[in-house]
Amino acid sequence: MVPPTPFPNAEALVVRGLTVRYDGRTALEGAEARVPVGTLTAIVGPNGAGKSTFLKGLLGLEPAEGEVRAFGQAVATALPRIAYVPQRAAVDWGFPVRVIDVVLMGAWRRMGLLGRLSPALRDEAREALDRVGMADLAARQIGALSGGQQQRVFIARALMQRAELYLLDEPFAGVDAATEAAIIAVLKGLRDKGATIIAVHHDLSTVGAYFDRVLLLNHRTIAEGPVATTFTREALAQTYGAGQLVAVPA
Amino acid sequence: MGDFIALSLPPMVIAALAGVACALPGNFLLLSRRAMLGDAMSHVVLPGIVLAFLITGSASGLAMGAGALAAAGGSALLIEWITRRARMEPGAAMAVVFTTMFAGGVLLLEATGTAGIHFDVEHALYGNLESLIWLAAAGPESLWDPAALARLPEELTRLALTALGLGAVLWLFRRPLVATVFDPVFARSQGIPTGMVMAGLTGATALAAVAAFQAVGSILTIAMLICPAATARLLTRRLGVQIALSLAFAVLAAVLGYVLAGHAPLWFGLPFTLSASGMIATVAGLMLAGATLAASQGRAARL
Repeated sequence: MVPPTPFPNAEALVVRGLTVRYDGRTALEGAEARVPVGTLTAIVGPNGAGKSTFLKGLLGLEPAEGEVRAFGQAVATALPRIAYVPQRAAVDWGFPVRVIDVVLMGAWRRMGLLGRLSPALRDEAREALDRVGMADLAARQIGALSGGQQQRVFIARALMQRAELYLLDEPFAGVDAATEAAIIAVLKGLRDKGATIIAVHHDLSTVGAYFDRVLLLNHRTIAEGPVATTFTREALAQTYGAGQLVAVPA
Repeated sequence: MGDFIALSLPPMVIAALAGVACALPGNFLLLSRRAMLGDAMSHVVLPGIVLAFLITGSASGLAMGAGALAAAGGSALLIEWITRRARMEPGAAMAVVFTTMFAGGVLLLEATGTAGIHFDVEHALYGNLESLIWLAAAGPESLWDPAALARLPEELTRLALTALGLGAVLWLFRRPLVATVFDPVFARSQGIPTGMVMAGLTGATALAAVAAFQAVGSILTIAMLICPAATARLLTRRLGVQIALSLAFAVLAAVLGYVLAGHAPLWFGLPFTLSASGMIATVAGLMLAGATLAASQGRAARL
């Protein structure tokens, strides 16, 4: 069931005809999405369906065609209102920084080029770490973290951005159960305060428990809408291919 | 004392400043896994300098610096182009470009008869550190005599300004730079122009390599771009500490290497001195080896 949104008619994200090509191969062909403010959306689809590309393309991180608007603005203009959480594997975890340093990167845009790192910002970073259950690991080297802890650091960094739209690329990939529970609690908390969250998600069995809405993607948008009406056996068969054995939640 | 200040102090300070100027961008080259770029930049300087001399007929530092920077910029574009068009890994593209351009520079030297008159290959490799002396120095009092200071070797002033300038620019852009090197996708989502940041790092590397090359040659330039930063990297897990340590190692290698080059053979009763640049680069390499051993045995305290 979709919770009430603060601005019933407002759309956090509108994507029209998003097309991304790599070296002549089409990763996405005219993908569409309309995501209302204050919702939690799962992007679901088979491997190689262009889910990560969808996020990167709409943010302009990959060359893409199509129209994308966030909160009615062009995405480039709305970037300060958007927090993007890349896949963990996209980063060199041997980099010589501590957990707190990575979280503070989320505030760099606010601080500007020359802004000083104030004690208030440090407190805010500690608070963000506390929200993901990592308060006691602030001074830890990032190289010494487990996969789940790395993901929590990324979430804490996104919290520091004080964004209204959160785009997460596989936040639950390779993390432990405790981390998954901690992250989904944080995401639901953000949504309840009016933020909009879109996450690439792999585990079909938890879509109903975690998310309000679902975007089924396989190089194009197969279906999009509330989980209750959209996340159906037919739509999944269409997304994953009819021959595929799909575990659909009861 | 007068002899030390006139003959030994300037080369030592110049080597230390070259080390500092190179170690600054070197830290970020290392972290972005582009250490080979230092190699490339310090080799392509030679054809740039020879061409600048042939075109302008001037052996001034300015003309040669401009030629070297142009060659560095051209090689960076060439490396980028080969990487994309030939789908070659960047390290291989760099190796192709810098060896070809350096070899071309050597041929150019010989073919145009400039070799031996204004430059030679030996100087390109080892620099001319020992000849950078301060004739105006009469003793310690010269250190605060403006007239004498004005006649310091121009390499010293140039490297001091380069080191200072690079330090200031890297400090100013530390946040976009760290974000770009650590997490480029996140950086771009923050509106940071990562392509321009990386081009800026390439430019900083070229500037350091050009300024250092003219004084200390390509071998020491390459060593200083990578060795101090790599040594520091093994001993700490904090970026600020890593950079500070790398600068300290660069200065230490310069002083220790210079002293050893002048005195070590005498200790063994040998009647000659060794190339200062060669010895400093060797010391920098030995420091890295020492740090590697210490780190692998877990003895190094993680600072």
